[in-house]
Formats: sequence, structure tokens, C-alpha cells
Amino acid sequence: MSEDNRKVVIELKDVCRDFKVGDEVVHALRGVSFKIYEGEFVTIQGTSGSGKSTLLNQIGCLDTPTSGEYYLDGVSVRKMGSNQRAKLRNRKIGFIFQNYNLLAKTTAVENVELPLMYNAKVKPKERRQRAIKALVEVGLGDRLEHKSNQMSGGQMQRVAIARALVNDPTIILADEATGNLDTRTSFEMLVLFQKLYNEGHTIIFVTHNPEIAQYSSRNIFLRDGQVQSDTINHNILNAEEALAKLPKKD
Amino acid sequence: MNIIILIAILVVAFLIYRRYRDESLLGMIFKVAIKALSNNKARSFLSMLGIIIGVAAVIVMMSIGQGSKEAVRKNISQMGTNIIMIRPGADRRGGVRMDPSSMQTLKQEDYEAIRNECKYVKYISPEVQSGGQAIYGSNNYNTTAYGESLEYMDIKQWEIEDGTCFTEQDVQTAAKVCIIGKTLVDNLFPDGQSPVGKTIRFKSTPVRVIGVLKSKGYNSFGMDQDNLMIMPYTSVMKRLLAQTYFQTINVSSLTEETTDQTIEELTEVLRRSHKLKDDAEDDFTIHSQAEMMETMSSTMDSITIILVVAAAFSLLVAGIGIMNIMLVSVTERTKEIGLRMSVGARSIDISVQFLIESILISITGGLLGVLLGYGISALATSLFGLPTSVPFWSVILSFVVCTIIGIVFGYIPAQKAANLDPIEAIRYE
Ligand SMILES: Nc1ncnc2c1ncn2[C@@H]1O[C@H](COP(=O)(O)OP(=O)(O)OP(=O)(O)O)[C@@H](O)[C@H]1O
Ligand SMILES: [Mg+2]
Repeated sequence: MSEDNRKVVIELKDVCRDFKVGDEVVHALRGVSFKIYEGEFVTIQGTSGSGKSTLLNQIGCLDTPTSGEYYLDGVSVRKMGSNQRAKLRNRKIGFIFQNYNLLAKTTAVENVELPLMYNAKVKPKERRQRAIKALVEVGLGDRLEHKSNQMSGGQMQRVAIARALVNDPTIILADEATGNLDTRTSFEMLVLFQKLYNEGHTIIFVTHNPEIAQYSSRNIFLRDGQVQSDTINHNILNAEEALAKLPKKD
Repeated sequence: MNIIILIAILVVAFLIYRRYRDESLLGMIFKVAIKALSNNKARSFLSMLGIIIGVAAVIVMMSIGQGSKEAVRKNISQMGTNIIMIRPGADRRGGVRMDPSSMQTLKQEDYEAIRNECKYVKYISPEVQSGGQAIYGSNNYNTTAYGESLEYMDIKQWEIEDGTCFTEQDVQTAAKVCIIGKTLVDNLFPDGQSPVGKTIRFKSTPVRVIGVLKSKGYNSFGMDQDNLMIMPYTSVMKRLLAQTYFQTINVSSLTEETTDQTIEELTEVLRRSHKLKDDAEDDFTIHSQAEMMETMSSTMDSITIILVVAAAFSLLVAGIGIMNIMLVSVTERTKEIGLRMSVGARSIDISVQFLIESILISITGGLLGVLLGYGISALATSLFGLPTSVPFWSVILSFVVCTIIGIVFGYIPAQKAANLDPIEAIRYE
């Protein structure tokens, strides 16, 4: 494989992230370095507390490194202004949070519309249409007007996925995006992610489930804030086939 | 009328809002703000309460100020803006103490000189006053006797309801006759008999009642205009006071427009009559009714300003109240702010959102305050007969002030929200 011809989207160079908790300093990331190429489907695994969410926040431009550099499309995120980072979060990156982070007392559609609201190019009519389309894609076409507190965990998770996809981002970051879904629904989501992967989106997927890793193109393991292993998966399983083999719901 | 314009403006504003609410980020932020406020109706209302009360107070103060000013103007102009008063002594506004003899400069010769020489003077009446008790039988009442000439009835537009006026003959002979006002009639003759022809005692001098004045009621300062008795000026000077000078000379100019010429003419005649040297100061003061009206209006204006400033301070307090609520709201919604930032809201988007919320609170409060102010003003008029009139510009001013309050006191909370760190905010529980 001639990897070096592909475009590097994400490049981390010795990224460290320390948190001060009282007098102590927690080293959540201790020098993480890797490159992610355009169109890769990367899973990140690791034990709880190994720094997966912290790493994803870095990649998602929500946070900046304590030391080291993170280049997105070749530009140092640390040197960007906060407005530029906001714009990247809005247009380029779709982020699915570990605990969904939906707006309370707000309907599914309104939650999904949220990123489009901060995109002046999207007209109100188009906004709603795109939000509905994204919700239909995650199988919530019949829950459009349900408020976030009237939904199950799995439904909220799928709203969060729809919200991440609605702006048609080139990079999709998912933190345990299928953690609360039953096997069948999580495979349905996996089909969706593989479809996005085939369309050329770059996907970074944090998971605890080694089975899911088999459906991605590359597997990174974190341990104590460092990359423990980073392997290419040459035998990517097909989620659609796996879904077909699963027993039907009804 | 004003309220119609106000409603029209609100309707137009609402239509504009309807048209644009979905069109822009600003419109969207508006929608979010309205939702945030309606999610917490009780608290939104409480934070508005200060503004409501403050604006209502300002409106009521202004409307009472404006209303009484209009009432006073109407009153004075009804009395006749062509009336001119001459008082003895130089203009006292300088605050210099006068020696008593300087207050005795208006004499019979002056009266006659004016009557003979002034072309612009239509009516003239010298005036002396004496306060005291009027007694009839077992009834008594404190009143003022005005010594006047016959023309006084024309200057002040008094009418005789019962009996007759005194005559030129009565003035010549300093007759002990009087015309009395309605209040005196009611208090001295409570059993309803006609006072005409009866002899009452004023300061122990017997005076015969020959007429009753038609009632004028209270004036806008709340003074009873019917508590008086009018006598020939000669009678008051000789029989009651034993003095040879007048306290006032009332004059009416031919028309309102000739007031200034009349004053000039009067000054000239009086200076000549008093044999004043060219460089000497006037030893009398001339005021026109129109001038008094101006003084009165400007006094009312300053009182109104003081009241309005006091009420405006309550708006300041209300603004601090809004800031307090907004700060609490920012803390409560930290997670929401973090979430909005994480999906691409810039700091400016967040701060505009909170600013709009606080402006919305203060403007809605202002609107309710204006309505409440209108209501209280109307109530004050119908219950207590207070003259009120809401000046329309005060409504506009209230809205401007409310917007400014919203911006000024919303700024700190909005900055606090905008400066949050997305990651910290989103983890906030
Ligand atoms: N904002 C923070 N303040 C202080 N410490 C933090 C903060 N965020 C993360 N940490 C610490 O950093 C370490 C890594 O946390 P992180 O959330 O990245 O773990 P994770 O790999 O996502 O775990 P999990 O699988 O349970 O989600 C933990 O020890 C955590 O306590
Ligand atoms: Mg995590």
C-alpha cells in the first residue's frame, strides 16, 4: 500500500494533556503521535481512563494540547483563534458524545437542527429538511417531535448521531456511539458508518467492543495516555452481511 | 390616541419579527431566547417586575406632571392672559430686603394717571386686601375682603348671581357694602335664606351684603375661589385698614397681543408719576399673567423632573435585578452553552443570545410597565380627579431606556457565558 500518497487529515505530534485536580496533576495524554489519512475508519480502544475521550476532544478541536502539536489539514489547532475552531467544529467535524449531550426539553428535530443554526449558509427550510433526513437515516423518522427527556437511551444516542451527521462533516468522531444500543440497532448504526466510510468520510470511533473494531480499517489501542498499538485491519468485515445474519426483531 | 400609535408600533414590530424570525441567526437566537424565558415563566416575570414597576412609576409621574401643567395653563388662560399686575417695590427676585416705605408706592394718583393716560389699558382696578373673620348671627368664617373698583368684575370675569354690584357712588362715599362669594354664603347663611340686604360684621365693622357672586369653584392649585368678599377699594382702605396706598393694581390689556405695549406704557406712566430719575430703578414691579404662566410651567417642570429622576432610580435597581437573574441563568445553563459551543457556536453567538434574553426581559417589562402606567394614570384621574396626560415621547423614552438597561446589565452575564471553555462547560453538572 502506498500510504504516503494519501492526504493526511489529522496529525498528532507528541500531544500531552494534563489536568490539574486540586494539587495533583493528572496526565490524561502522555505524548500521543499518529497520522490519520483521509477516508480511514479508525477505532480507538483502551481501558476506562486511558484517555480516549480526552484524545477525541483534542481531535474534535474542543480542547487544545498542554504540549505537542495537533495539525488538522496541516494547520496547527493550537494557533487557531477560538472562532476558527468553532467554525471547524461546525462545518468539518461531527462529534458524537459519550453521554449524548442533547438539549433538555427540546425535540429531536430541534436538537439535530442545532449545528445548522450556527451555519448561516443553511436556510431555515433546508435546515429542517436536512434534520429530518438525518433522523430518518438513524431510524428515528417516527420520533421527530419527541423531546429528549421522552426518549430511551438508545434513541437519544441515535439523535446524537443524527446531529453529528447533519452538517455533512468530512470527519466523524464518535465516543461510544453504539454503547447503549442493542446488538441489532448497533449493527444498523455500523452499516451507516460503513456507508459513510465508503463515501470517503474519515471516521474515528472510540469503543470498548473489540467486535466492532473488526469492521474498521485501523485499530489504535490506548493505555495510560499513550498509544500501545496501532494496526491496519486488512480484513474488514461487512456490517450489512452481519446484520442480515442477525435474527429479525419481529 | 397615543395608545393606538403604540399598539400600531407593536403590531408592526411583531410582523417584522414573524417575517424574519426564521430567516437569520438573529431571528433564531430570538426564538431560543423566547423559549428560554417561557421555560421559566415565573422567574422571567419576577425579574421583569422591577422594570414593570419602575417604568410604570416613571410614566405615572410624567403623566401627572404633564397633566397638571396642562390644567394650570388652561386655568390661567381662562383667567385671562391679558391680565397685568402692578405691585409696589422693585423686583424682589434679587432677594434684597425692602424697607417698608418702598412697599407703599402705589397711590391714588398712579391709578388716575394710568386711567387717563394709558391707551392700551382696557380695565383697571386698584386692590387692597384684608384678611379676617366675617360674622353673621352665631356663624363666622375666616375670609379675605378685596377692595376693588367696579372694573374688577370685568377683569376677573365675575358675575353677580343674586342682588347687585356696588356703584361708582359707593366707591366715592366708601360705602360699607360688599358682594360675597358662595363659600361665605354657605357658611354664614346655612339655613338657605338670601344674604342680600343682610348686614354682616367683618373685623367688627358692619358691612351690608348687596350681592352674591356666581361660584367659580376650586382652581387647579386646590384653592377655593369662592371664599371672598369684594368691597369698594375706598371702603377697605378707609373703613377697614386706614391706609392710603394700594397693594396691587390690576389692569387688563386691550387684547392678549398688546400685553407688551401695555407693560411699556404702564412703566412709562408710573415712572413719570413717581418722578423717577432716568437712572433710578423702578419702584414697582409689573407681571403679566402670561409671564406667570411661564414661571408656573417651569416650576412644574422641575418638580416633574425630580419625581421622574426618583422613579428612574428604581429602573437602575431593576437593571441590577435582571443582571442577577441572568448570572444565575448562565450558571444553570452552563452545559447547554458548552453544547452549543461544541457544535459550532462562536463566543459572539453565545453572548448575543444572552444579551437578547436580557433585552427581551427588560423590553417586555417596559411594555407591561407602560400599560400599567397608563392604567394607573387613568385610575388616578377617574378616582381622585388628578389631571393626567401621558406624553407620548415618554413611552418611546421608556423603550429606549429599557433596551439600554437590557444591554448594560446583560453585558456582564453575556460575557461570562461567552468566555466559558467548551469542554469545562459541557462537563458541568
Ligand atoms: N476535565 C478533566 N479534569 C480532570 N481530569 C480529567 C478531565 N477529563 C479527563 N480527566 C482524567 O483524564 C483521564 C482520562 O479520562 P478520559 O475521559 O479521557 O478517559 P476514557 O478513556 O474516555 O475513559 P472511559 O472509557 O471511561 O470513557 C482520567 O483519569 C480522568 O479522570
Ligand atoms: Mg470516555
